Amino acid sequence: MPREFTPKVVTANALIEGDVIYLTEDDRWSRALEEAEVLTDEAHAELRLLDASARQSEIVGAYLADVKLAGGTAAPTHFREDFRRTGPSNYFHGKQAES
Amino acid sequence: MYRYNEFDTAFLAERNRQFRAQVERRIDGSLTEDEFKPLRLMNGVYLQLHAYMLRVAIPYGTLNSAQMRQLALLAEKWDKGYGHFTTRQNIQYNWPKLNDIPDMLDALAEVNLHAIQTSGNTIRNVTADHFAGAAADEIEDPRPVAELIRQWSTDHPEFQFLPRKFKIAVTGSPNDRAVVKAHDIGLRMIERDGNPGFEVIVGGGLGRTPMIGKVVRDFLPKADLLPYLEAIVSVYNLLGRRDNKYKARIKITVHENGLEKIQELVEARFAVLRDQFGGVDQAMLADLEAQFAPPQFRDADTGAFEAAYTNDPVFRSWVDTNIATHRRADHAIVSISLKAHGATPGDASADQMRLMADLAQEFAYDELRISHEQNVVLPHVAKDALPQLFQALKAAGLGTANIGLASDIIACPGMDYCALATARSIPIAQEIATRFEELKLEHEVGDLKIKISGCINACGHHHVGHIGILGLDRAGVENYQITLGGDGTETASIGERAGPGFSADDIVPAIERLVLGYLDLRATADETFLQAYRRLGAAPFKAILYPEAREKAA
Repeated sequence: MPREFTPKVVTANALIEGDVIYLTEDDRWSRALEEAEVLTDEAHAELRLLDASARQSEIVGAYLADVKLAGGTAAPTHFREDFRRTGPSNYFHGKQAES
Repeated sequence: MYRYNEFDTAFLAERNRQFRAQVERRIDGSLTEDEFKPLRLMNGVYLQLHAYMLRVAIPYGTLNSAQMRQLALLAEKWDKGYGHFTTRQNIQYNWPKLNDIPDMLDALAEVNLHAIQTSGNTIRNVTADHFAGAAADEIEDPRPVAELIRQWSTDHPEFQFLPRKFKIAVTGSPNDRAVVKAHDIGLRMIERDGNPGFEVIVGGGLGRTPMIGKVVRDFLPKADLLPYLEAIVSVYNLLGRRDNKYKARIKITVHENGLEKIQELVEARFAVLRDQFGGVDQAMLADLEAQFAPPQFRDADTGAFEAAYTNDPVFRSWVDTNIATHRRADHAIVSISLKAHGATPGDASADQMRLMADLAQEFAYDELRISHEQNVVLPHVAKDALPQLFQALKAAGLGTANIGLASDIIACPGMDYCALATARSIPIAQEIATRFEELKLEHEVGDLKIKISGCINACGHHHVGHIGILGLDRAGVENYQITLGGDGTETASIGERAGPGFSADDIVPAIERLVLGYLDLRATADETFLQAYRRLGAAPFKAILYPEAREKAA
């Protein structure tokens, strides 16, 4: 039996700044995971990733990252995505310092 | 030190101009990321977790004060005010923007620095003993040879697409401070019949398949070095596996083909190449040796130093820990620790870099070195200047007396920055250092090398740590494996895995238990952790790490 599809978001790094971005439902790139479009249908997710990957002059390395839904918004399921969402733990740098 | 000639300056300007145009074409959409990636990697630009990262080579770890000031300028102007010195004598900037990087490279070129071949499947920055030119035990300064290798390997047309990256390290002393046995090629200078030459070691490396290098030639006359290196790399270029990234390093080529076959092929190729060099390399080397002539050392009266050493216990502790023996009795080699307890190993702020540059200019004949252990070295300091130097360092948070001790930890950037990492390493290093400072025990423990990597690629050299820590992802949770008994010197060995890994919460107590346990096991106060481990074997150390297993067996 194929594995059940778990919720995902499209994420990448911004071309110029290199920082972490997420694809929103209205095709913007957001710096905040909370604004990401949460994809629950596998076929739709693959399409969204294809569309995102074509935006070569805006982003680098789009992929689907697992999320869980907490109170209606997306939260990371893995610590790597949690670091990408916040920044390094040795300095108050990156996203945690920008919000 | 080496000064760029017109050719170097023009070459670098052209490379930087090309890269600027490549960046512009990437930004305007004419290049895709797949097309751009190999170009940016050739120029040291990575994309990491939170941002781009620029890796700048510090050839054989040598800097002058103007170069160090420029590194500070880059940190301040285009980054977040700091830089990270690495185990391969590079400096990494963690937050540059892609459109700023061409300006950063131009600024580096102003002081004869670059980021060429700090990535990609090329011959990388040539590293050397960080005490080069100053160490009392040295046969010859290895840096002229390292610079010769840098010039030969930079943009070498045959070696721009090797099966995998290729790292060369050189030491001019029989005592290995450059981890030469864990490099693709390690060169250890030795003497035979009064003539300097090299023991040539091939196929060492850490990573997922750690191996100690094997001696491919027990004595190579100095004059034969470049054609011999070219022979090794060209044999590898043809024989190395390109079908599997994990089997592509020369250590696997040597392992799969056997040392004897490699030796035969290399010697055959060497016989062809040797005459082709025609002595040009030796003429260049003679010129380089003149440029690396030692500074005009002044005579120093050591009286004031002796008095301060006797009267000031804090100064004495720093001298005992951070000073190494210089070739001149009235001079000293000073290691500046970038491992203040609780700080990120290898990081220096722009202000600290500038201060170290000023101190090098005032007290150290304008010379600085970066060590593979992520510290900064002032290689030549007259002993009468040491008290004043120490006060200046201490005031800037650079006076930590812990070189070679438990808190002098190598740590890779780990999951705090690196896209390849499987776990964090910096916070573990910070916590271990902070804990040993609380215990006030590290001077009592003595020589101890703890090295931490945040993934199997082993940038943190954990395999050659007396205590190695490897961070892994176990079912979505950080987990830390301990290896014991590694050694990165001339008596090199790969550490052995102690047993099951520890959680992020349990790893620091485990290390503390291990070190306290060693104090009970050692035969005398002089027996180091590594010596005790080699005398006793792994069993008593495992028993300390895993007391539950011992109870179960009882």
